[in-house]
Order: sequence, then structure tokens, then C-alpha cells
Amino acid sequence: MIAPRRWLPHPLLSLLLLILWLLLFNTLSLAHVLFGLLLGILMPLFTQRFWPGSPRVRRPLHLARYALLVLGDILIANVQVARLILGPVKKLHPAFVIYPLDLREDFSITLLASTISLTPGTVSADVSPDRRSLLIHALDVDDEVALIAHIKQRYETPLREIFEC
Amino acid sequence: METIIEALVALFLLIGAAFALVGSIGLAKLPDFFMRLHGPTKATTLGVGGMIVGSVLYFSTRGEGLSLHELLVTLFLFITAPVSAHMLAKAALHLRLRTVERTRGEGALPRGDAE
Repeated sequence: MIAPRRWLPHPLLSLLLLILWLLLFNTLSLAHVLFGLLLGILMPLFTQRFWPGSPRVRRPLHLARYALLVLGDILIANVQVARLILGPVKKLHPAFVIYPLDLREDFSITLLASTISLTPGTVSADVSPDRRSLLIHALDVDDEVALIAHIKQRYETPLREIFEC
Repeated sequence: METIIEALVALFLLIGAAFALVGSIGLAKLPDFFMRLHGPTKATTLGVGGMIVGSVLYFSTRGEGLSLHELLVTLFLFITAPVSAHMLAKAALHLRLRTVERTRGEGALPRGDAE
């Protein structure tokens, strides 16, 4: 028997591919489930060499909770930004904020940067070449330190728990 | 029952449309490139999100079973939108696009170091 890591290098990716396949066809018929499973097993095997380093999800349940948290925040932040946009432009205080990163792996940094861009009001604009800080543009901030602390505590700490330690 | 569903679908469509509209207003109204970048992120998240929920509701209640493939639209948008926003911002930094004068923290920008 071969070790499971060999023929199933990315179990979560396989699951995701299966779900994607079923969603694309909008069905749950046996044939599509089997074909989706086949794709889910074969595609990670064939693309494994292209992965820069395999991100390991240590706590899948926390990942699901993180996704829900981000979705909720997107809803709330959207309403806030809508108010900012419709209000007087003169009152906005845009700022560039340098955000010191604790995450070290490319994949988790990407996830954090995407989260920052998806939650309205902040867009991640650049990663420093040494990958130790992110440059964020915020539409309206009064207190940069508070913004950094908010992102750190709400997004980066959970991501670190999920991926790194 | 039919009417309630239709009202809900209409509600979600209106919510989505409203956020897409606000996003576009932001695009037209905000003074500099980096601030305008915030408009589309709203349109893609809640704007499209509202329409998608409406579509899922409508097609799932027509008696042909659950219809969830609309969710893929959201998934792919959520993967691609931040990347394109990031690339736009990076290009703007590189071109040293002008920002509104009251923008803070500009001293630390890594501008033009790619030459």
C-alpha cells in the first residue's frame, strides 16, 4: 500500500475540485460524482510539480469558520463604505498604511492580502520584496495603529493558526 | 408562497443593484485612482452577491431541484477580484499616479524601485 500522501497530496484541493465539478453540472448523479472524484485525484497529482510549496491546512474547520467570518465582515463593511461613498468626499481621510506581516508562507500571505482587498475600505497594494510587510490603501482611516491591530487580531491570527502553527 | 418567493427574489435583486450602483457612483465621484479602486470591490462582492442569491432562490424554487451553480460565479470573483485590484494598485504605484493631497503615509511608498 502506498502512503496516502503520495497519491492524495492535497486532500482539500481534491474535495474542492469534486465540489466544483458537481456545481458546474448542477447535479448529484452517480456518474458525475465518480468522474469528479477521478478528476479530484488526478489533477493534484499531475499539477503537483507546479506548486511552489504545498500549503498545509492544519485545521479545516477553522478555515470554514474563517470564511464565514470574512463573509460577515464583507456584508457589514459594504454598508459602511456605501455610506462613506455617498457622503461628502471632503470628509474622507485616505491613507497608505504599512502593515507588518507575521505570516511567512506565500500562500497564507496571499490569502490575507485577498481578505484585505475583499473587505471594502481597504485594498492591499504591494508586498515588500522581503515579504515582511504589506502596503495597504485605506479609503478612510483616523487611526492607522488601530487599523493594523484590527487586521492583525481579526484576520492574521486565525490564518496563522490555520496554516502555520 | 409563490408571491413571497418572488418578493424575496426582487428584494435581493434590488439590493445587488443598489450596491453595484453605489460602487459605480464611487468610481465616478472619488478624486484619485487609489480611492476609486475601492468602488469596484463593493460592486463585485455585495453587488453580484445579491443578484446571485436572487438567482439561486428563483431557480431553486421552480421544482427542478436545488440550483447552486451560481455560487461558482461568486467563488471565482472572490478569487480573481483581489488579484486584479492588487495588480492595478501596483501599476499605479509604479507610474507614480497622483494622489489626493491629504493622503497620509505617502513617504513610505516603494515608488519606482522596479527600474
